[in-house]
Amino acid sequence: MQPFVSQLVNLFAAVLLMLAFAMIAQRRVLSLVHLFTLQGLTLVTATALVAFATGQSHLYFSAALTFALKVVLIPALLHRLIRQLDVRWDVEPLINIPTTMLAGIVLVIFAFNLALPIANVSASIARGTLGIALACVMLSFLMMITRSKAIPQVIGFLSMENALFFAATAATQGMPMVVELGIALDVLVGILILGVFMFQIREQFDSLDIQHLEKLRED
Amino acid sequence: MTGLGLLSQLLEILTALVAAPLLLGWVNQCRAWLQNKTGPGLLQPYRLLHKLFNKESVVAEHASPLFRAAPYVVFGCMALACAIVPTLSTDLPLSPVADAIALVGLFAVARVFISLAAMDVGTSFGTLGARREMLVGFLAEPALLMVLFCASLISQSTLLTTIVESLARRDLAIHPALAFAGVAFTMVSLAENARVPVDNPATHLELTMIHEALILEYSGRHLALIEWAASLKLFAYSCIGIALYFPWGIAQADAPLALVFAVPALVLKLAIGGVVLAVLETVSAKMRIFRVPEFLATAFLLAVIGMLVQLLLTR
Repeated sequence: MQPFVSQLVNLFAAVLLMLAFAMIAQRRVLSLVHLFTLQGLTLVTATALVAFATGQSHLYFSAALTFALKVVLIPALLHRLIRQLDVRWDVEPLINIPTTMLAGIVLVIFAFNLALPIANVSASIARGTLGIALACVMLSFLMMITRSKAIPQVIGFLSMENALFFAATAATQGMPMVVELGIALDVLVGILILGVFMFQIREQFDSLDIQHLEKLRED
Repeated sequence: MTGLGLLSQLLEILTALVAAPLLLGWVNQCRAWLQNKTGPGLLQPYRLLHKLFNKESVVAEHASPLFRAAPYVVFGCMALACAIVPTLSTDLPLSPVADAIALVGLFAVARVFISLAAMDVGTSFGTLGARREMLVGFLAEPALLMVLFCASLISQSTLLTTIVESLARRDLAIHPALAFAGVAFTMVSLAENARVPVDNPATHLELTMIHEALILEYSGRHLALIEWAASLKLFAYSCIGIALYFPWGIAQADAPLALVFAVPALVLKLAIGGVVLAVLETVSAKMRIFRVPEFLATAFLLAVIGMLVQLLLTR
């Protein structure tokens, strides 16, 4: 019988996985941002629980950092971006959600098998959840591949970062503080630059569809 | 097989047959209240059955024997399904006859017969209904199977009585798998019982109906049997949900006296379940028919993920 806290961590890991699937199936841009915020919140809770269970105080700091960055700051930035680009009610035409989801299941099975040998040598309290974290990374990849608009791709990128963070917590009790701060800064700068990019893309093509970037233009 | 087991089995079948229309009436009543209507009253399904049984049955000229046999097959399947789902006691002599997989098979047999009968007469509506029913069914059945497998994985058995016993007796543990399966089960039940996001039970609008289109050619006692079977199906699904998620109060094999308390417990749980169903139906809008595969694929996906998570986390 596992201890209760460990079960709670497992539960939040499962919620993360469900949110990753929900993001794949979500058509509306605004709902995607809400889902991303929720994912951040789940991540914060899971990290705080691991910190509580293992007594490692630096994990509390990283949970607080995650909260400030991924629940408050980045969603606020995304909301501002959506307002400025005026894509608030944008609905992305997605082709064949059931097929994408079945591909997602295959990815989950692959990730679970991949994580088994790694989790067996780990001594972390949340080692069982490493497979889920890897699956979330792959699902975010899938989301970036299947989406054609710019904002959902950026959200896919951000959710991949969330999943990587969770993988680090699950496998090795969290990364060193310097690394975490560095990554946080990178993500923040990344989202700012991508925001500018989106304006440029729209300026050039009158649309946020990335597929326009694939064509070479003569002028 | 003990005498007590036989008694609880008989009691369970009788309860299902008597209470199923009442459950349907309760759901309809709650729906009416939520929509600020007076409602037809709790006993309306009984009145409907009484009326239909006293009417003459009209069968189309070209109908084959299958058309006449289908209502009896469907009714028999649903009654048997209600008999093997533990609602009052886990000491059921009939239960080893059919496990969770066979239960899904029973629902499938009923579906095949009702669809064949709908196509038998050769009207366009019947064919349309049969196609749509199959469209719903081919995705809903695997999802239901996966939901039951989730519970089987936790209790290491596909026998429904064993599942209920082990779920009722386990220590307090969080199973993320059961949460996933619960959401999936709710979605599948809504689809299978022709409830609002998928089908509207109150409609006779030609373009949207599924269940009503199937039974358009039936009348009299045949229609009564099919309506009764539909309410039995709703009852069976509610009882599966109760057995998986709220198994407390169902009498165990070694505590026969609990049977006395099992009946009020079941009534209470079904009443709450009916209210929840009515609320779900009121807050959701009916989907386009082409969205239904997406809805059910999501249910299937949730159930499969639940199973995978269960496998990963409990090594």
